[in-house]
Amino acid sequence: MFEVIAFIIFSVLTISMFSITVLTNNALYALSSLAAGMIFISAFFFLLNADFLGAVQIVVYTGAIMALYAFGMMFFDSLSEVKEKIKNPRLVFLVSGMLAVIIVIVFLAPVIGQNIEANYPIHPEYGNTVDVGYVLFTKYLLAFELAAIMLLVAMIGGIVLAGKKMNESYSEMKEEEIDEKIRLDEASSKDVK
Amino acid sequence: MTLNAYLILSTILFCIGLIGVIRRKNVLMLFFSTEIMLNAVNVGFAAISKFHGDLTGQMFAFFIIAVAASEVAIGLGLLILWYKRTGSINLDDIAGMKG
Repeated sequence: MFEVIAFIIFSVLTISMFSITVLTNNALYALSSLAAGMIFISAFFFLLNADFLGAVQIVVYTGAIMALYAFGMMFFDSLSEVKEKIKNPRLVFLVSGMLAVIIVIVFLAPVIGQNIEANYPIHPEYGNTVDVGYVLFTKYLLAFELAAIMLLVAMIGGIVLAGKKMNESYSEMKEEEIDEKIRLDEASSKDVK
Repeated sequence: MTLNAYLILSTILFCIGLIGVIRRKNVLMLFFSTEIMLNAVNVGFAAISKFHGDLTGQMFAFFIIAVAASEVAIGLGLLILWYKRTGSINLDDIAGMKG
């Protein structure tokens, strides 16, 4: 009973938060509602006895990814509206068609999956975190190491891509120097245009 | 709750993300919609993991989270570079080829 109530409340909250994210024109509203939706998603993981996954969801998504977006948005003029013109009515048919296909697959999936055996069964006596640790560091060790290398490559790539022309720090300049530099930059950008 | 309830919720969230990816022209919103789709799939994996008593679903969810984190780092870096160069985050400006 408790699980049903929690499921309904959190699904309504998650769907409304993600709808706001998709439909709003304001990037800041989208960012904060996305962060809220991520936290509500973690409630489903706790309901499904995947405690460690829920904690990772909160820490990684709301802690790391949302913070990264928030810092990244400092570089953009994020409150300016992007003019979006939709001229393709075929998209509507494409979206509704894919939606129908996905719903059919969803209703078929439990029927097809009934004869699946568990390769790595859950041990309730261990607790979720210990169980995840056993499987992750034995059967999925190679994938784990590859994911670590992938994250390292992504980190270096992010620094190299976003960090260009950042060798001049505004915080170490005086006010007059900053004004001078901005005027020079504007003059040079006008020349380019 | 049954497995179907969780899978239907996962589908609804995935479709919200899909609508965002297809409809929006702001690249930042495109990234947000991608995150929504990845999260929807994670919910489905965790539900199947519980109802089949198998940990593989949760493992896949972990790796999806790792992929999402690196995707954000690279994608945001590229987007910042593009914004510095052109001053626009509209998808139509990025499409350089006519077709």
